[in-house]
Amino acid sequence: MSGVWVWIENRDGAISIIGSETISAARTIADSLGQTVTGLVLGHDVAGVADEAFDLGVDAVIGCDDASLAHFRVEAFGPLVTRLAQENTPSVLLAGASIRGRDLMAWVAADLDAGLISDGIGIAVDGDTIKVTRPVYAGKLMATVFVTEGPQVITLRSRAFPQAESTGKSGTAQWVEPAVAEEAVPSKITGLETKDEGVSLSDASIIVSGGRGVGGPEGFEPVRELAEVLGGAVGASRAAVDAGWIAYEHQVGQTGKTVSPDLYIANGISGAIQHQAGMRTSKIIVAVNKDADAPIFKLAHFGIVGDLFQLLPAITSEFRKRLGK
Amino acid sequence: MRVVVCTKQTPSTTAVITVDAEGKVSWDDPGGKPNVVNPWDEYGIEEGIRLKENHGATDVIALSVGGEDSKEALKTSLAMGCTEAVLVSDESMVGSDTLGTARILAAAINKLGDVQIALFGKQAIDGDTGQTAVQAARKLGWTPLTFVSAIKEVGDGSIVVERMLEEGKEIISAQLPVVISVVKEINEPRYPSFMGIRKASRAQIPSWSAADLAIDGGIGAGASKVDWSQVYGIPPREGSVEIIEADTAEEQARILVDKLFEEKVI
Ligand SMILES: Cc1cc2nc3c(=O)[nH]c(=O)nc-3n(C[C@H](O)[C@H](O)[C@H](O)COP(=O)(O)OP(=O)(O)OC[C@H]3O[C@@H](n4cnc5c(N)ncnc54)[C@H](O)[C@@H]3O)c2cc1C
Ligand SMILES: Nc1ncnc2c1ncn2[C@@H]1O[C@H](COP(=O)(O)O)[C@@H](O)[C@H]1O
Repeated sequence: MSGVWVWIENRDGAISIIGSETISAARTIADSLGQTVTGLVLGHDVAGVADEAFDLGVDAVIGCDDASLAHFRVEAFGPLVTRLAQENTPSVLLAGASIRGRDLMAWVAADLDAGLISDGIGIAVDGDTIKVTRPVYAGKLMATVFVTEGPQVITLRSRAFPQAESTGKSGTAQWVEPAVAEEAVPSKITGLETKDEGVSLSDASIIVSGGRGVGGPEGFEPVRELAEVLGGAVGASRAAVDAGWIAYEHQVGQTGKTVSPDLYIANGISGAIQHQAGMRTSKIIVAVNKDADAPIFKLAHFGIVGDLFQLLPAITSEFRKRLGK
Repeated sequence: MRVVVCTKQTPSTTAVITVDAEGKVSWDDPGGKPNVVNPWDEYGIEEGIRLKENHGATDVIALSVGGEDSKEALKTSLAMGCTEAVLVSDESMVGSDTLGTARILAAAINKLGDVQIALFGKQAIDGDTGQTAVQAARKLGWTPLTFVSAIKEVGDGSIVVERMLEEGKEIISAQLPVVISVVKEINEPRYPSFMGIRKASRAQIPSWSAADLAIDGGIGAGASKVDWSQVYGIPPREGSVEIIEADTAEEQARILVDKLFEEKVI
């Protein structure tokens, strides 16, 4: 059993951010183990993705280019990865902890009878074992977990690892046949509705959030303006979402999204434990709140006690000036 | 059509969770109930009940693997409107990894028989893994449909659902039987009715042991391939918040922006 495998998530012919992050984590693990990195490039019209994978530092690519893989369906991808892993016996299988990465690794681990760890935010190699740190109990505790036997199947949370950098290397992919013919895939995708409204919360390196303190749907305007100037995404507390001021997909927290941007600016958010669960691993946290005793200040690195309707426009115009926008 | 709803009992979201030097986790919720139905599973329970109300499901069976005390969570699901509840409880199951739990759930679903849809929550808020649904689907040999935000149609032998993905929505049709994991967008869970609570409090919930099931593969701590022994508190953040004070909002903004450039997060 040898080799670090990484499923390279891609979309529209390019490696996704989380795909690039997983490659860099795979590289780190493989270098410590003294093993090679094999990238799995699965999709349709993905020759360019294979080239990009070599450039980002994988040593080998096993690819499958087939119309049945044009959109991710775990019933098509799962049996293929399982078959390849049975034939080649890698010691580690990695994927991003995206919706698709989770589905794929859960499927493959079940079929390989392998140990599975999800949502890693840190890795350390100890002998042949990958020690994975991950939050548990909604981020209230941490755990260091590892697979005790057989292939180690691990998903990694987005933004926890740096993106892989261009190496200028190239290589020749090994192309294989799909495992399941289209007719035999038990599900069909009949509709796709992609939304393109700026930066997604899970990929964003900057998030500007609003809570009940913004007072209403129009209160999100200054929040949006600051996010826009910073090229960031807009987040929200559940109180703001429940009030109907902003859509659920913006909710950060235990029952919303877990994010970990470089910069998280919380405006008019008290910092309830369920909100913290979704954002406490952010690198720098800024809180703007008119209540000096709000719990968010216990978590924040920088705080301003005051009215967000005065402070946000001032911060936005200061950034505009400094960024020349 | 018979529907199963898998639900786990977890610490409440407001529970204070502590861990001792041996890594043993315990919790309490001074303000409320320390143990609740996993919040994500409430959406699965609600959707199961709606399948009965709107799509002709005959039975909606709540299923939990856990200690005797998990009957509390099952009573909540009965009070909400599930027609039956089953606990699977056995010392030999303690310490299972997600695959072990998936094997137990699959065996219990097979024993219930004639099930077309098994509903799961997105994840359990203790382990926070979100893996069990797909793994149970593999053990059942059924199609997994995860992150489902709407059940659009339930036909004779097929189902159409909407899934919520990172970049948008997907409509997918599949052959029954299926395993579905649901997200919050799917519905608004109802509160148990007064009558429901009364009925649930009198309900006798059967408890199945490992011997009652035909479990395919290893379960319990002995078969777990994941070591979970190192659980610890989060070290408190170093330093405390730096409150930025100045005479005007503009001045405060200027200082903050300076600091953020210094931190190199812009
Ligand atoms: C099961 C469960 C799951 C939950 N999941 C989540 C979750 O995923 N995410 C989440 O966020 N919450 C979640 N919650 C809710 C959480 O407990 C809090 O109720 C919620 O986070 C509060 O939102 P808030 O901070 O916006 O509102 P509040 O707590 O009301 O705080 C508003 C803050 O705004 C400040 N403010 C008001 N006006 C201004 C102004 N003009 N300028 C500056 N500051 C101002 C106030 O001082 C106050 O601190 C959950 C709760 C439960 C029970
Ligand atoms: N012990 C259990 N009993 C019943 N259902 C469970 C159990 N563990 C997990 N589940 C189901 O699987 C889902 C995902 O759990 P997890 O993979 O542990 O995050 C939960 O929301 C439940 O629906």
